[in-house]
Amino acid sequence: MSVPETDRSVSGTDRPDALVTPVPRDPRDPEDADTGPVRLLAPDGRRLADDTYDPYIADLADTELYGLLRDMVIVRRLDEEATALQRQGELGLWASLRGQEAAQVGSARALRDDDMVFPSYREHGVAWCRGVDPLDVLSLFRGVNHGGWDADEHGFQDYSIVVGSQTLHATGYAMGVTRELAADGDGGLPVTVVYFGDGASSQGDVNEALNWAGVFEAPVVFFCQNNQWAISEPTRRQTRAPIFRRARGFGLPGVQVDGNDVLATLAVTRYALQAARRRCPVLVEAVTYRMGAHTTADDPSRYRHADELAGWSRRDPVQRMAAYLRGRGLLDDSRAADLDAEADALATTLREGCLRLPDPSPHSMFDHVYVHDTETPAAARDACEQAEPSGQPEPSGPGEPSGQAGPSADPAVVSPLLTVAAAPLHHTRKAI
Amino acid sequence: MPLTLTLAKALNAGLRASMEADPKVVVMGEDVGKLGGVFRITDGLQADFGEDRVIDTPLAESAIIGTAIGLAMRGFRPVCEIQFDGFVYPAFDQIVTQLAKMHYRTQGRVRLPVTVRIPFGGGIGAVEHHSESPEAYFCHTAGLKVVACSNPTDAHMMIRQAVAADDPVIFFEPKRRYWDKADVETGAPLSAATPLHVSRVVRTGDDATLVAYGPMVRTCLNAAEAMAVEGRELEVIDLRTLSPLDLSPVLASVRRTGRLVVVHEAPSNVSLSAEIAARVTEAAFYSLEAPVLRVTGYDTPYPPSRLEEHYLPDVDRVLDAVDRSFQY
Ligand SMILES: Cc1ncc(C[n+]2csc(CCOP(=O)(O)OP(=O)(O)O)c2C)c(N)n1
Ligand SMILES: [Mg+2]
Repeated sequence: MSVPETDRSVSGTDRPDALVTPVPRDPRDPEDADTGPVRLLAPDGRRLADDTYDPYIADLADTELYGLLRDMVIVRRLDEEATALQRQGELGLWASLRGQEAAQVGSARALRDDDMVFPSYREHGVAWCRGVDPLDVLSLFRGVNHGGWDADEHGFQDYSIVVGSQTLHATGYAMGVTRELAADGDGGLPVTVVYFGDGASSQGDVNEALNWAGVFEAPVVFFCQNNQWAISEPTRRQTRAPIFRRARGFGLPGVQVDGNDVLATLAVTRYALQAARRRCPVLVEAVTYRMGAHTTADDPSRYRHADELAGWSRRDPVQRMAAYLRGRGLLDDSRAADLDAEADALATTLREGCLRLPDPSPHSMFDHVYVHDTETPAAARDACEQAEPSGQPEPSGPGEPSGQAGPSADPAVVSPLLTVAAAPLHHTRKAI
Repeated sequence: MPLTLTLAKALNAGLRASMEADPKVVVMGEDVGKLGGVFRITDGLQADFGEDRVIDTPLAESAIIGTAIGLAMRGFRPVCEIQFDGFVYPAFDQIVTQLAKMHYRTQGRVRLPVTVRIPFGGGIGAVEHHSESPEAYFCHTAGLKVVACSNPTDAHMMIRQAVAADDPVIFFEPKRRYWDKADVETGAPLSAATPLHVSRVVRTGDDATLVAYGPMVRTCLNAAEAMAVEGRELEVIDLRTLSPLDLSPVLASVRRTGRLVVVHEAPSNVSLSAEIAARVTEAAFYSLEAPVLRVTGYDTPYPPSRLEEHYLPDVDRVLDAVDRSFQY
């Protein structure tokens, strides 16, 4: 499916940075005491004034404000559809972004076309804003491929499942940018933005990446979505100090933003990009909440209270922006209904596309092991050809690992022994 | 009285027995506490033994192994869980350069009785990095002991033996067999068990020998069952110990059958089966009626899950290899 009318940046390519004089330092010095995360919208949708960050979004036209809501509504709806598809056995797994729509849309809409994103595995909202076909995201979770889009076309790299690994790649990529382009050119450098989680912040890779970015003054924005949980472990188990504070130790500005406030996230990311374009890397911590399970294989009732979710639901990012727009007269019931209908239609298209996704051919597994064919894969390919697969997998564990330990975890194992014993000779082995 | 347990529950009971037997045993890893691990292998342990002994660690595999080494130096017996096979690599440096070598380096002064549990192998429809078989990397490193269990009965005793062992043990668990059930004698003393580094014949036969470990043992038993229908009896050997290897039952078997097929999910290039083929050829050359054949994963990265049934050895591929062996 194609992504309708998403231009990748809320405003043109040059406006946000031109707005304010470049200040490659944290406008809110974190040592200025606990000011709390930057917030421009109260949970009820009231606009809060902020002298530092208001200028960063002062240019937003009404259509752009509405566009932020539209993105969030759509990515939430697509996320619901993907979860349903997984429940129906059409996807092996799904990692829901529910609750993180503002953090993802607000940051992604601050980007220029020539910026490059390094995502983790939950950035479906960023993928949407970068024009990646949601069906390509689903194909990974369906097990059709390990990643299905062209990174350069979208300025959006492949998902990275090994937690934290992509922060180093992003830093190296940004080091490459500085070797090709000058920071004092028009509009500054294209920036590399890397997304990672609170859990990832514990990995050596992530801390090494922050350090390298500082040492080499790489044009990187480290965008940490602190969604309060790393599977079953709360953020306090990852770190004693707020994550954004760590930046200071590496010589970078660190900013904490209310990640459920799409306007604040947009403003802070614009600030961070502006600094990074002039080779000052920045760490942004977006405080948000993983409203769903870690993935569809997870059962959060084992480790967190339902009332925690209820509390965060009152800070729901989509409702907050909707309330703000209603207050400004930019949203009414009929427009909201139209938006829901548009999201539903996209979800239907996504579902249909998912059901039509063909399985890859068995021989494709030998492609791209190396750039040039070498003997080893060729030999393996021949071996595979000889041993034509039975097409009937053995009885095995359930579709997905983590959290499958409930009653549903016991796969309905058909005893292969019985089947085999009853089977006549050789050629029926294929029926085992 | 034996209990009928899944492999997952058998491991859980084994860890519990280890913790009861030795107050210095600590369990550590990502999500092992309140959640009980993503496969629930440590389910209930934190509730019963407390947060000091069942530690939900920050998300950092290198630190899990590195701090386990420190704990061991202080007299503890850490049991580390690596959540999935594909996530052991951030810890690889600590395992290979420190865990494996510190005893040697210190001329025996330091012992590191650390157990590293790793669910391994495919067949569960997972995304990338959740289905790998990295055992050969560890077998290649002197100073580590490496084992793989294949069934609940063994799993229970083997994890207790691994935890009680004085050397570091990399303990591979066949994740797609976690839900297999069998009788487990949870109260049995360790002295009653087959020693940890002993391989075992799990089905007798005179016509050819199948050697496997972990998830492929059941595949080989299924293959032997199918072959029996055709009137040929395959002997199946469960290696259990991957380093050191115990090839005595393999050699004894091959001297009778003259034919050997080695099966594992890991790719073939520089793998366990390569080592076994070399050693068997050296020790039993004149008994062999056919070259040692191998049925393994292909020499590619683990493919997307929609292709894994084609990648993983199954009964058909095992029997095809047996047929080829008979053709010599
Ligand atoms: C190196 C590594 N270790 C373990 C895992 C298993 N794992 C997947 S996601 C996850 C938690 C990640 O938490 P966080 O970084 O906060 O991101 P979130 O899932 O909350 O978006 C873990 C432990 C992994 N993918 N990679
Ligand atoms: Mg998190």
